[in-house]
Amino acid sequence: MRIHVDWTRCDGHGACAELLPELLTTDDWGFPLVTGDERDPQVTVSLAGHARRAVKACPLQALRLVD
Amino acid sequence: MSTLLTSTDRLLGPAPEYPLPHLEAPELIRLVEEAGLTGRGGGGFPTARKLASVAGHLPVVVGNAMEGEPLSAKDALLLARSPGLVVDGLSLVGAALGAKRLVLALGPRIPAEPVQLAARGTRVEVRLLPGGFVAGQESALVNLLDGRPGVPSDPRVPVFHRGVDGRPTLVLNAETLAQLALIARNGAAWFRAVGTPSDPGTFLATISATGPTTLRHPGVLEIARGLPLRSALRTAGADLDRVTGVLVGGYHGAWVPPDADVLLTVDDLARFRASPGAGVLLVLDRDTCPLAHAATIARYLAGQSARQCGPCVNGMPLLADALARLASPGTATTVTEVERLRGLVDGRGACAHPDGTARFVASTMQVFAAHVQQHLEGACDADPR
Amino acid sequence: MNEALWALGRGTGVVALVVFTLSIVLGILSRSGRPVAGLGRFGLNEVHRTAALTGVGLIAVHVGSLFLDPYAQLHLVDAVVPFLGSFRPLWQGLGTLAVDLLAVVTVVSLLRRWVGPRIFRAVHWLTYALWPVAMLHALGNGTDAWSLWMDTVAVLCTGAVAAAVTWRLLPSYAERGRSRIARVVTR
Repeated sequence: MRIHVDWTRCDGHGACAELLPELLTTDDWGFPLVTGDERDPQVTVSLAGHARRAVKACPLQALRLVD
Repeated sequence: MSTLLTSTDRLLGPAPEYPLPHLEAPELIRLVEEAGLTGRGGGGFPTARKLASVAGHLPVVVGNAMEGEPLSAKDALLLARSPGLVVDGLSLVGAALGAKRLVLALGPRIPAEPVQLAARGTRVEVRLLPGGFVAGQESALVNLLDGRPGVPSDPRVPVFHRGVDGRPTLVLNAETLAQLALIARNGAAWFRAVGTPSDPGTFLATISATGPTTLRHPGVLEIARGLPLRSALRTAGADLDRVTGVLVGGYHGAWVPPDADVLLTVDDLARFRASPGAGVLLVLDRDTCPLAHAATIARYLAGQSARQCGPCVNGMPLLADALARLASPGTATTVTEVERLRGLVDGRGACAHPDGTARFVASTMQVFAAHVQQHLEGACDADPR
Repeated sequence: MNEALWALGRGTGVVALVVFTLSIVLGILSRSGRPVAGLGRFGLNEVHRTAALTGVGLIAVHVGSLFLDPYAQLHLVDAVVPFLGSFRPLWQGLGTLAVDLLAVVTVVSLLRRWVGPRIFRAVHWLTYALWPVAMLHALGNGTDAWSLWMDTVAVLCTGAVAAAVTWRLLPSYAERGRSRIARVVTR
């Protein structure tokens, strides 16, 4: 399972980075920035619950779990 | 631009006299796989795999002649000289796949009249579209054809699943279609007679230079894959002593140093993180400061953002600013800052526009590292007169 | 018993107005991208949502209690079609209109996953119409309109929403000036 940002929707509210700091931080402008090297970072089983919560919390539905 | 004809003049010569054969989808896919044709629009994806991905789904087939890359002129020339081949290619693919619609999308720089004439009496719809740098991106083109703003969509749903009219859509570059029309007539072996075994056939290259005296024959040239880059430059009349670098693949491409012994193939260019792309070769003249020129290109690319994705909208202008500061000797900026901003745009958009720009900037910093050092010390040995 | 229903109806109406005010102010605050100490950005969204849903519950009680109240003389149609009632048709009709708007906004918000962000956002703009309609209804229809405590509540709520909306229109509204995009498309 990976987390994917739909950049055409994301407006940099920053909720996802607060709920999933293990995978996401924010850049200079408030947009989610993957902390690792992957474009769509892998979500480990232990983080799955947090990832789902982050997806639900996005006010623009810009975050998705894929695969 | 003048045109150079070579012994490998297949695409720009007189129209074939014998008719286009009819092929069923499996036959066409097998033939194209044998020929080893790859997309000539920039991505370089194997065409047989693209055909197979929509076979059996009654797709819409789109011929892409948006030619948004300012350094490229090959699609315009191809459609002026050989519009029939491109229309044939679309008809061939359309008949094989049972396509619902066949659309040929022309950007503003493509001459429309010869194409409309060639398409008369065929199923091919010719559409004249407005376009910028990203208008030729597959999903942007699909959006434009469907009457939405011509900006890229999130790549989660690829156009070969849902594109024009909501149908599976196959987008092929105009040159790729012309190559298909020739392969269908002449066979795979004929196509492979030039080029290398892993990268066969010819491609149209657009060669230009930053200085007026560097290149005697700028323009479009059909050359074989596998030709040494320096031979291609010589054929275009380059004064190799004046060349300080060659940008291969256009504004999203990468620089190759002038003394590099590199063949124009996917594998060999990969050594410089470059690819033949849409066949663009820009020769950098020794009087042009590479950093100043790169900053101009980065500025242009920032301006071509579709303005959808935050990192692209915010980061690209700052990246161009940082490069511009580096280009003015004595202005305080750091290589680290350029690298940091490059990292902030790379891979962070719906389309490859930020990624391509990041690749171009990375290549500039790497290939012209010595020149960057000069600038940091307040000097520049490029001497524009 | 009737007295109790009447009080329940009035009470839930006023409290709903207060929680809707809280929700709209938090919504505007959240849109700015600013975190609020202790809540964070996501917490702000959750309080915004909880406040709104609490308001919906209160309004359900508010409307329900008035139907049961013989003095109010409401018919079922008055819950849906505005301006038909016999008692202060204009002011009560505004209440019905507010309920209609609230129903649309609530249903679309709960179905956000299915309708997508574009429709969600477009419908959410209706709250800027919903709130003033509800406030006018409270002032015009309410039995307590001219009591000091009701006036105080109304003034405080109006002040809070007016301040939030004014702030929203200021250039300094967004936390990061460059982060908001004038998009070509919003899907």
